[in-house]
Amino acid sequence: MKRDALLGVALFALIAALPLSGDSYWMRLGTTMLMYGVLAISWNFIGGMAGYPSFASAAFFGLGAYTGAVAQKLGVPMALAWGLAGIFALAFAAALGLALLRLRGHYFAIASLVVAEVLRELVNAATDLTGGGMGLNLPIPRLASVQAQAVFFFYAMLALAALAFATTLVVVRSRLGFGLRCIQQNESAADMLGVNTTRYKVAAFMLSGVFVGVAGAIYASWLHYIEPPDVFDVLYSVKAIVMVLLGGAGSVFGPLVGAALFLSLEELVWRNYLQVHTGVLGLLIVLLVMFLPRGLMSLRLRKDSLVGKSAKASG
Amino acid sequence: MLSLQILANGLILGGLYACIAAGFSLVWGVLNVINILHGSFIVLGGYLAFFAYSIAGIHPFLAILIAAPLFFALGYVLQAGLINRMIAAPVLLTLTLTFGLDLMLSNAMLVAFSADFRKLILEPPLGVLSLGALVLPVDRLSAMALALALTGLLYLVLARSRVGRAIVAVRMDREAAALMGVNVKRIYAVTFGLGALMAGASGALLAMIFPISPLVGPVYLGKAFVICVLGGLGSVPGAMIGGLTLGVVESFGALWFGPEHAVTLSFTLLIVVLVLRPSGMLGKKGYE
Amino acid sequence: MSALLELSGVSRRFGGLRALSQIDLAVERGEVVGLIGPNGAGKTTLVNVVTGVHRASTGRVRFDGEDVTRLRPFQAARRGIARTFQIVQPFPGMTVLENVTAAALFAGGGRSIPQARSQAREHLGFVGLAGVADKPAAALTLAMRKRLELAKSLAMRPKLLLLDEVNAGLNAVEMDAALALIRGIAARGVTIVIIEHLMKVVLSLCSRIVVLHHGELIAAGAPAEIVKDERVIQAYLGRRYAAAQAAGG
Repeated sequence: MKRDALLGVALFALIAALPLSGDSYWMRLGTTMLMYGVLAISWNFIGGMAGYPSFASAAFFGLGAYTGAVAQKLGVPMALAWGLAGIFALAFAAALGLALLRLRGHYFAIASLVVAEVLRELVNAATDLTGGGMGLNLPIPRLASVQAQAVFFFYAMLALAALAFATTLVVVRSRLGFGLRCIQQNESAADMLGVNTTRYKVAAFMLSGVFVGVAGAIYASWLHYIEPPDVFDVLYSVKAIVMVLLGGAGSVFGPLVGAALFLSLEELVWRNYLQVHTGVLGLLIVLLVMFLPRGLMSLRLRKDSLVGKSAKASG
Repeated sequence: MLSLQILANGLILGGLYACIAAGFSLVWGVLNVINILHGSFIVLGGYLAFFAYSIAGIHPFLAILIAAPLFFALGYVLQAGLINRMIAAPVLLTLTLTFGLDLMLSNAMLVAFSADFRKLILEPPLGVLSLGALVLPVDRLSAMALALALTGLLYLVLARSRVGRAIVAVRMDREAAALMGVNVKRIYAVTFGLGALMAGASGALLAMIFPISPLVGPVYLGKAFVICVLGGLGSVPGAMIGGLTLGVVESFGALWFGPEHAVTLSFTLLIVVLVLRPSGMLGKKGYE
Repeated sequence: MSALLELSGVSRRFGGLRALSQIDLAVERGEVVGLIGPNGAGKTTLVNVVTGVHRASTGRVRFDGEDVTRLRPFQAARRGIARTFQIVQPFPGMTVLENVTAAALFAGGGRSIPQARSQAREHLGFVGLAGVADKPAAALTLAMRKRLELAKSLAMRPKLLLLDEVNAGLNAVEMDAALALIRGIAARGVTIVIIEHLMKVVLSLCSRIVVLHHGELIAAGAPAEIVKDERVIQAYLGRRYAAAQAAGG
């Protein structure tokens, strides 16, 4: 526990030093990496810990982005708008979870995948409020320079990622984390042992939504402009999953490691093969699933795997 | 009278939808794999018909005959070479795998054909058929008839042929089928091949009716999901019922709510059905 | 004081099939009740109805003075109804200790994970699995997994323990150890209902026997009466058993 927390603090402190470089390219990359980190850490709650293949990240992200943007359009201050986005995502995840988490396997995966599509169409149709397909412009924060803005959003995303990470640390050691592991292993057996499976799954789903919602709102403020196909992109859901798979599902640092690695790969591909970057991304996914289905962390930990590791953590 | 016309339109659409979903449903039911590639297979079938007509003047109805063996082979090779290795993995992994493959295929199509929408326009056009107040475009009507014929053919193959019986046996009980001497992995490959064949052939039929672009793959995929949930998994009659239901619902939905809400409507329907009947309208339990 | 478990007019249908019909049954505190009957008689369904896995189609289930007919499994577990499964179901990726800790934490009133863990160690000691506490549950032999099931059930601090064929698949030595364990649990004051095929086991453990056949309760009473009951012999025990008993006794 202490070791993981210290390691986490050191890691985030290291990342926090990035603005010293003063390079705007690295700032953009750093902010994106932290955003990916939030996506991956969040998915880990429902996908890694509870074992439910959720594709709802894109829905939470888009919902948060539009909540934040519309709130700001209506005159709500930026920080408050971000908080509102988190609350909306949390409430939405609770309601959606109660309905969808009764489904298992493919059915849950597909239903959660479809939610983003429905939200996108609804946002598209609600032209008065959201600007529909034309997108929505956000007020640009009154900060001294473009540089200062980049630093501001970097730290905002850093704070969010650190919060999500700290939540992971707490949850893994808590009753909730233990119950989720039971559910992941055998849901009906967990039920028999007294785990309130519905409540635990919904809690995990809410955790997987709230930070992503805020990330969407920060993203919207950062770019000053959003449109439905951008923020409700199903790739957000897929990337979250791939990053966690890359890093190792259910582990504490896996999602962060996966996010950093994934972004590096994406950036390399993006810069060198602009035309075929989604195809190369697809190839990476195929290779990952075929050859490293338990993540890169599994290379080092293969012997004592998740079992041994968590036994030590809780023992 | 208007509603009769809408109903007819819906049924025509539904016949095509049944054909779209039959192969997808078969793969899902037998292999327990959600084939995210299915939408791109349909689009690829559309391009095949488009180029066969614009370059060689081959009628789309005949293009089906070219598409069928090609897509079967493509599906067979993909399953035998790649997906079979992952067939025992958790749902999440097989889903992610076919998603990755789909990203590759749709990107390849985007590079090869660009994102522009193309439409196959028959010269001369087939005209319309008037039955009292009903007006039925002949191209749509004949495409629907062929789609239903193909779906019926798939049903016959599954019910009557040796390999079809083996597929059904594997679906019911994999271990028992293996004990009876069925080569399960080969049957998986054949099943995936049949799924791809149905996708490619229905794509060729759709090319006459809807514009083709790599961007519409996910739309067809979404429809296939909805139909499977409505009709239940792994059975051809289920896909038929689900397809016709969705076609009719979409037609009336477009009338009542406006065509821009078609997607929202069908997906809302999907979620409502899933929540009320977690294993599909006609679904049996145990195909999770 | 009223009975610990009381079923009145309990039926359960699956589609057109009546798995249980009009069962009236009371289990007193401290009893060890044997539940016997041919395969498909509805024994496991009865356990499932009591634990909330299936809901009774009609009738009422009362436990410890409260109506538990509509409870979900986790709620039944928290009130003190524990069960083992015919097919053992551990959490395979967790250690033996973690398996039992989960039971102590979620149903056994454990206030914290460390507290639940120390309770779990005691229960593992009781069933003789202290030595493998840190092994993954998936690595245990069948006999050990059955003990693990017992330890999990005990960790739930049950008032009522439903044992579904805990002895199936065990050899003679393992079975003797299991029987000693069950007696030990009963001696702690836990009320036990045991589903069992081996009459030898039922007769040596149980103070009372209940017989199900085609979903109906056809007999209930002391072991000595049950083995002579004509309907039970017809439905389950068979003539040969009765003859052997008569010759031997």
